[in-house]
Amino acid sequence: MTHLYDIVKFGIYALMAFSVLAAILAVTVRNLFHAALCFAAVLIGIAGVFLSLHADFLAMVQILIYVGAVMTLVIFAIMLTERFGDNSSPQNNSLTLAAFGLAIVSLIAFSTISVKTRWPIQENAGALHLSVGELAYALLNTYVLPFEVISVLLITTLIGAVIIAKKDRVS
Amino acid sequence: MAGFLPDWVLVIKSVLISIAAIAFLGPVTMMYLTLLERKVVGRMQNRIGPNRVGKWGLLQPLADGVKMLTKEDIVPTPADPIAHFLAPILIVVPALLVFAVIPFGRGMTAVDLNVGLLFFIAISSTTTLAIFMASWGSRNKFSLLGGMRSVAQMVSYEVPMVLSVVPVILITGSLSTNDIVLAQGGWGGLKWFIFTPWGLLAFIIFYLCGVAECNRSPFDLPEAESEIVAGFHTEYSGMKFALFYMAEFMNSFTISALAATLFLGGWQGPVLPSWLWFFMKTYVLIFIMIWFRGTLPRFRVDQLMNLAWKFLLPLTLINIFVAGFWYFAPNTIVRVLMSAGVLSLSFWGLQKLNQGYAPEKRVYQFGD
Repeated sequence: MTHLYDIVKFGIYALMAFSVLAAILAVTVRNLFHAALCFAAVLIGIAGVFLSLHADFLAMVQILIYVGAVMTLVIFAIMLTERFGDNSSPQNNSLTLAAFGLAIVSLIAFSTISVKTRWPIQENAGALHLSVGELAYALLNTYVLPFEVISVLLITTLIGAVIIAKKDRVS
Repeated sequence: MAGFLPDWVLVIKSVLISIAAIAFLGPVTMMYLTLLERKVVGRMQNRIGPNRVGKWGLLQPLADGVKMLTKEDIVPTPADPIAHFLAPILIVVPALLVFAVIPFGRGMTAVDLNVGLLFFIAISSTTTLAIFMASWGSRNKFSLLGGMRSVAQMVSYEVPMVLSVVPVILITGSLSTNDIVLAQGGWGGLKWFIFTPWGLLAFIIFYLCGVAECNRSPFDLPEAESEIVAGFHTEYSGMKFALFYMAEFMNSFTISALAATLFLGGWQGPVLPSWLWFFMKTYVLIFIMIWFRGTLPRFRVDQLMNLAWKFLLPLTLINIFVAGFWYFAPNTIVRVLMSAGVLSLSFWGLQKLNQGYAPEKRVYQFGD
């Protein structure tokens, strides 16, 4: 079986390399549409990484929400911009440095948090497969407050979008 | 075999067998679906359909395949070469991948994922990306219009489609397609979900949304020949066009198969072997899709959107509550009567609310 593990390991590393490469392309490519497609590739790659960590549900939700829905919205937004498909659009503005700094800070913050946190690790973690029932129990019992806060946030954005998109009455 | 080969070869071999079976089944299904569609639509229009190549035209798909392969591949000069080239390849990938979780018979699921249903929905939602690439990469206004229509339609119909599946997940308590089929095993293999009030409604909604997801008639606005040439695949010829066609037919097969799995008991059924039941149910649903195409005219864009957002979506939300009630209701008579009553009442109410009104005098907002 060791050969098989080697093959799988190689596949996972290839997947990670692919994601990083696509991420770099997404911010360096001049064409906006190509950048969006590279971003979609990054999201699919992340779903693959989740899958390799036995987080099937998370991987599927990642594809469904990010690749299926968010990317569609992003591409719609790009299509409505003026310089769509134009290779001469500028790639940086006055906020580039600030954004870079913020990215570094959040990278350090997230990595510190994830290293310092004591994750509850179960004995049979290798064979762990989350059932829908357990997931529902966790969402609607243990973590009901964040769940509800997120739903309120989503409702707010939904209503906001409706108000913005509403037709003005003809006087 | 186990004695001769190392373990890892055996694992890879078992993986390769199911991959090869799917990679073979997908295209063959597509080839013969084209023939079936042409034959059935032909009979509906009082024609005979293809009957020259082979007995009853059975070799027609092969002839079509040869024709497609030998045709000239035209790429428009202003097209984006990468997007234009990749789109037809990428659109086939999700269409083939979803075959993996479909239970073709007892113990005949290629990969029995515990999130199988979610896998199906998630993977098929990535089709929009390929359509975007095709429509934008062609640099053609008809392509772009068709692509926009297609994506708007797929995004809208995905919402009621996913929500119409929720009652099934609620009752079975599992996302695995295999478990969903097993949960419909009572009554000698006839305890299908379609025989419950919520199941019937969810099935109708799921099937309609599925037809819309495949861009099939009467929801074929993205490819409306009379308006925008051929939509997102206007600028494709030869084998690339065939790949779009293939993805579309494979999608209509998998959607019918999933509808049969979720609501018609999958491979459950008395007497006959399980795979035969599965294929019978699937082909009945495909036949209904072709029947739609033979009988119904195309929707308008606003009708399409209204149907999804104002009618199907509220109905699915009500249906989820009804399924919850069904799960906890004390006895059979109460739950059948109550859920049937609530559902027919809300159906009637929504229909009344959605009835359009015709103003006596037309009012033009922007033109005099």
